[in-house]
Amino acid sequence: MIPDPLKDHAVAAALDAQLPDAITGGHNEHAEPTLFIAPSRIVEACRFLKQEQGFVRLSAVTCVDWYPADPRFEVVYLLHSLERNARLRLKCWVSEADAEIDSVTVLWRGANWYEREVFDLFGIRFRNHPDLRRILMPVDWEGHPLRKDYPVHGYKYSYGEE
Amino acid sequence: MRETETHTDTITAEAAEATVHQPPEGVVRRMTLNMGPQHPSTHGVLRVVLELDGETIMSAVPDIGFLHTGIEKECEVKTWQQAVTLTDRVDYLANLSNNLVYALAVEKLIGDIEIPPKAQWMRVMLAEFSRLNSHLVWLGTHALDIGAMTVFFYCFREREDILRIFEMFSGQRMMTSYIRIGGLALEPPRGWQDRVGKFINAFPSKVDEYEELLDANPIWRRRTQGVGFCPLEDLLDLGVTGPMIRAAGLAWDIRKSEPYSSYEKFDFEISTRTENDVYARYRVRLGEMRQSARIIKQALEGMPEGAWQADAPKIVLPEREKMKTQMEALIYHFKIVTEGFRVPAGEVYQVVESPRGEIGYYVISNGTSKPYRVYMRTPSFGNLQALPALLEGRLLADSIASLGSMDFVLGDTDR
Repeated sequence: MIPDPLKDHAVAAALDAQLPDAITGGHNEHAEPTLFIAPSRIVEACRFLKQEQGFVRLSAVTCVDWYPADPRFEVVYLLHSLERNARLRLKCWVSEADAEIDSVTVLWRGANWYEREVFDLFGIRFRNHPDLRRILMPVDWEGHPLRKDYPVHGYKYSYGEE
Repeated sequence: MRETETHTDTITAEAAEATVHQPPEGVVRRMTLNMGPQHPSTHGVLRVVLELDGETIMSAVPDIGFLHTGIEKECEVKTWQQAVTLTDRVDYLANLSNNLVYALAVEKLIGDIEIPPKAQWMRVMLAEFSRLNSHLVWLGTHALDIGAMTVFFYCFREREDILRIFEMFSGQRMMTSYIRIGGLALEPPRGWQDRVGKFINAFPSKVDEYEELLDANPIWRRRTQGVGFCPLEDLLDLGVTGPMIRAAGLAWDIRKSEPYSSYEKFDFEISTRTENDVYARYRVRLGEMRQSARIIKQALEGMPEGAWQADAPKIVLPEREKMKTQMEALIYHFKIVTEGFRVPAGEVYQVVESPRGEIGYYVISNGTSKPYRVYMRTPSFGNLQALPALLEGRLLADSIASLGSMDFVLGDTDR
C-alpha cells in the first residue's frame, strides 16, 4: 500500500509493485520521502532498492525510542542513490518484547558498525549479523544508554550521594 | 638509470597490488600486535588489533569507543539552542561544519524562518575556513607520520591564522559555536574583511609551498604512491564518503549535489583523482584547499549587506538595546533563556559536506523545547569502517600511511 503523500513517488510505486505487502505506510514531510516497511520484509525491500533502483549507498542505520509506546523502537535506514541524487528513509517498528530484526549486512558491508551501534545503544538484536557486539560502550556495560528510560547520568554513578 | 630519474617515476595502484606479498600456505607463525590506543599516529585513541604474518597484516580489527561521551544522549536534555555547543565537540577539527548542519536541520524543522543572505554567506565562508583548518592539520600530521617533518610547521603556521580568525569572530579558537539556529551567534566583528582578505590573498601561495615541499620529496612519493588502494565499489559498500571517494574518481560532493546555505551561488570545482591511493587522497585534499580559498575569496568579495540574524523574535535573542526599552523584547528574552523555543514536531535528515565527507544530522522533534533525538551520522565513523579493507594483505610499514590518508577524528567517530 502506497501512502497518499507518496502517490507520485516512482521508487515507492516500484517497491510496492515488487513487494506488495512490504510497505505499511509513509509520509513526505519536509520533502524527505519516508516509507514504513514490515520488519520481516526489510532485507528484500533493501535488496530491491539497492539492485534495481540504484540506492547503492546506505548512509546509516539508526534507531528511535518512542517509549512508552508499543511497538517501542523505530529502526531507521537512511538510503542514498547517487545516480538519482535522491535520499529515501525506511523505517521498521520493533517491539521491546521481540527486539529483533534481520541484518542488512548481506547487502552492505558498511551496515556492520551501524547495526552494532544500534545494538549497543538500544539493545536491538540483528539476525545474521556477523559480529554483533558492543561498539561504543565498554564490553561489560549493562543497559542500553540511548533508551529513553535510561537516565542521562547512567545507573552507575550518583552525584547526589557524594 | 640516473638517480634523478627514479624520483619522477610513478607506481600505479594496480602494479603495487600485484606485488602484495602472499604468505605460503599452511603458515601458522602469526603475531598479534596492538596498535594503539596510545599510538601517536592513530591521531586520537584508536586501537587496532593487527594479526601479522611476518611483515604482512593478515587481519586488522579496529576497536573504537574510547572517546564516547554520549553526546547524542546529552542533546536530549539540552534546549535546542544549547545543543549547538555539543555539536562543536563532535568533530573538533571541523566545529563549524557541525554547527552548520545542526542549525540547518533545526531551521528546516521550524519551517517559517528565513536566514538572511549575509548569514548564509558568512556560514559558507566559515565552513570553508573550518575545511582549511581540518585539511591543514591533516596534511601536517600525515606528513609527520610518514617522515616529512617540515610540512607540519608550515601547516600549523597557517592554522594558527585561521584559529585567530575564529577567535576574532566568536571569541573562541576551537569550540566556536558561532553558527546558531536563526543565524550567527554574534555580529561579525569590525575589520574582519581586512583580516580574512590578508589571509586569503596569501594562502594559495602557501599551498604551492606545501606541494613543493612534498612533491619534490622522493621518499614522500614512494611511501604514498600505490599504497592503500581499495576499489571504489568496496569504498561505497563500506560507507566511505568525502575525499576518499573523490580520490577514487567519483565526483560526488554534497556542496554540489545537494547545495545548502547558498553554495549554489559559488563557483568552485570538485577536485578528483583516479589513482585511488594515499597520494591521490593527498592531491584531492590539496585541491580542496585551493577550492576553499576560492570560495572564501568569493564570499569576501560578494558578501551581502544586511542582517546577520533571522527576523524571528521567538527564536533569536533580542538586541540588548531593545531589551532595555521594549517590553516584548524583554519577554522574548526571558522565554528563550529560561524555556527555550518550541520546534514543531517532525523529523529531518540534513546533510553537509564536512572536510571528511557526509555529515548528516537526523533530528527529531516532538514539539517541545528540547530535541527528542539527534542522530549524528559522522563521516569518520563510516570511513573508519573501511580500515581493514585498506590494511589487510598489505605491509605493516604501509599501515601508517593508509591510516593517515583516511583522515578520521576519533571524537567524530565515537561521539
